[in-house]
Amino acid sequence: MQEFFQKRPIWSGIIILVLAVFIWLVLAPWSPEMEAVLGRKRVFLNAVFGGVTLGALYFLVAAGFTLIFGLMRNVNLAHGSLYLLGGYLGFEVSERTGSWLLAFPVVFVLVGLVGIVLQNQVFRRMEGEELRQTMVTIGISVVLADLMLWSWGGQSYTIMTPDWLSGPAELPIVAGTNRDGDTVYLRYPAVRIAILIAAIVIGVLMWLILNKSRLGMLIRAGVDDRDMLAASGIRIQWVFLAVFAFGAGLAGIAGIVGGTFQSLSPGEDTRFLLASLVVVIVGGMGSIPGAAIGAVLIGLSEQLGLVYAPTYSVVVTFLIMVAVLAFRPQGLLGRTR
Amino acid sequence: MRKSIYTTVSLLALVVPSVAYANDPIKIGVLVALEGAFAAGGADGVRNVELAIQERGGMAGGRPIEIVVAPTDTTPDNAVRQARKLVEQDGVDIVIGPLSGSEGIAIRDYAKTVPETTIINGISGALETTFVDPAENFFRFNLDGAQWGQGLGTYVFEEKGWQRIAAVSADYSFGYTNFLGFAVDFCRAGGDIVERFWVPLGSSDFGGVIASLPDDVDAIYLGLGGTDAINFLNQYDQAGADTNLIGGTIMADATVLSSRGRAKEALVGTPTSGAFAPDNPDAAWQAYLASYRAAFAEGDRFDVPSLFGVGYYVATLAALQGLDMVEGDLSDGQSALMNALSTMTLETPLGVVELNENRQATGTVFVTEVVEGEDGNLASVFRARADGVTQTLGMSMEDFRAMGLPSRTTPDCDALAGR
Repeated sequence: MQEFFQKRPIWSGIIILVLAVFIWLVLAPWSPEMEAVLGRKRVFLNAVFGGVTLGALYFLVAAGFTLIFGLMRNVNLAHGSLYLLGGYLGFEVSERTGSWLLAFPVVFVLVGLVGIVLQNQVFRRMEGEELRQTMVTIGISVVLADLMLWSWGGQSYTIMTPDWLSGPAELPIVAGTNRDGDTVYLRYPAVRIAILIAAIVIGVLMWLILNKSRLGMLIRAGVDDRDMLAASGIRIQWVFLAVFAFGAGLAGIAGIVGGTFQSLSPGEDTRFLLASLVVVIVGGMGSIPGAAIGAVLIGLSEQLGLVYAPTYSVVVTFLIMVAVLAFRPQGLLGRTR
Repeated sequence: MRKSIYTTVSLLALVVPSVAYANDPIKIGVLVALEGAFAAGGADGVRNVELAIQERGGMAGGRPIEIVVAPTDTTPDNAVRQARKLVEQDGVDIVIGPLSGSEGIAIRDYAKTVPETTIINGISGALETTFVDPAENFFRFNLDGAQWGQGLGTYVFEEKGWQRIAAVSADYSFGYTNFLGFAVDFCRAGGDIVERFWVPLGSSDFGGVIASLPDDVDAIYLGLGGTDAINFLNQYDQAGADTNLIGGTIMADATVLSSRGRAKEALVGTPTSGAFAPDNPDAAWQAYLASYRAAFAEGDRFDVPSLFGVGYYVATLAALQGLDMVEGDLSDGQSALMNALSTMTLETPLGVVELNENRQATGTVFVTEVVEGEDGNLASVFRARADGVTQTLGMSMEDFRAMGLPSRTTPDCDALAGR
């Protein structure tokens, strides 16, 4: 971080300035002149919060994807299927037990097990053959998609929000004033706030584990030089298994989240695969903070685009990707090797 | 001697076909989507074609009927390829189809290249198909997307008393067309549309749009369909919004009502309009429903025929009645049949249908409302009907053309309301 500031003082200045303006826009009450130019503050705030919470969902999917890639150089194109599978399983669990929270550990374990089977039975057999692994994952995603269509059919599913999280919550952020001149605070869906907090907690925990624990040390060493780590007597296959299971489980959990505030149906698997590909390309392959930044950027651009320029909102995401690929092909926080 | 045998044989060869003519089967090609998003509805279309033929004992105009099914995947180029296969390889006399809007426009253009084949639309609903440069041999006995919006505007204005609304609709041709039908009706009744939001097809997160909806309106019109509709309702509910809703034709269809989860519950009490009402008390509809349920085993059909099924059924009825009227005579480029189709009055389960000069149906639109059934499932119940809805929505052809084709800004509500 310090290194970045020293090397690029101008860029750091611009980034800090943009962030400061953004935070001011969110926190300060808007004057009538500003509302005349930018529209109502409530709309802006909702778009920003929508973007950040959508970013949280993208982060959950992309974190596992980027971790698996970083360690195993394996572009797992079946990652979207794991997301959708997690969502469907989460629907079944929450429907049968009536508990939304219980779905999370159950799905994490189940989809994690699928990940272990994939790693142990498929990828391990073709280690180092990246093209072949990629093609096989495409095949697996097609098969899984058809199996899920067979089992859950073509209709849409939404997972029920628990009562204590349904409806909106009031946030201590000023959204504007009403006709009587009273201050109105932002009301925002409680479930999305909860998911945002959960995603931040998961992100911080992942960062802590990666940077402060022995397992994290192994993983980081594996990312840097897999062969040397194996040569120093570490059972690298176990590390691979653990990481793959964790990444898959995370995608499964993301499926529950997606099913709660969007919906699940055939085709969502490829939509989220594409989203997580864009996120990790923007953020940098293999970097967890990169995935977080990429996810928030993509989420924000989708939501702000949908509100302020609906016709072009689809393009904005890809423009960001093109810009990143043109000027920083390794991604915002990616490292060149 | 040998020469005379040859002569006899060749004379016979010339005569025999016209002798056999009366009993020769008539081939009907069914152009229907059996792949992609509408596959289940397409299969229901095929069932209904079979049902209509079977009800008439497999005969029309004194000749047996044969059908050839050509599957499409709802893309226009595939539809044209399959139609060409039906006409050129299978040698069908009549084509029934296609199913989706963009296919319809492509088949209208293809129809112009085979003027001696009668084409009866399946259920495609794009306004342009029979409005912009229509083909002489293309007949549509179902209403189009704009017509399906009629009746709903008057209903919500007069019965519900909703006078100021905002609209959220999908940003593509059917979204514009279906909204136009509703808006023309609503604005003429005196209503006001204060804001229109057009969202791209396939949007999944509507939080920002929901926040921008104005507070001081009586209701919000939703012109979304499928998963877009479910995502919107889910997030609308989570945001705690509870303004009245008005549904476009595909907002409360089987896809949304049969979805699993709580999202659809936001729809309870929402009026919507479309081609049919499942519980229409009309005797013709009830008879059709009974016949449909009796003809197929319970697992092989829907409880109530889908929109697609009804459309193909009506199209087949038209073909069979036309063949009866001309007694199976398809000579002279099928001119007699085409004339019969253009002028006939067709009794259908959905009421009486007639064609206008563009060979587009004038018929009935049904206004329904979503209610929660006894078993907790949602269902649409019949509320009102608008009979004799014309292609021009009751305007003259000139006025309708002057209003412009459906787009983000057409129709102009104030002009229609005379404000």
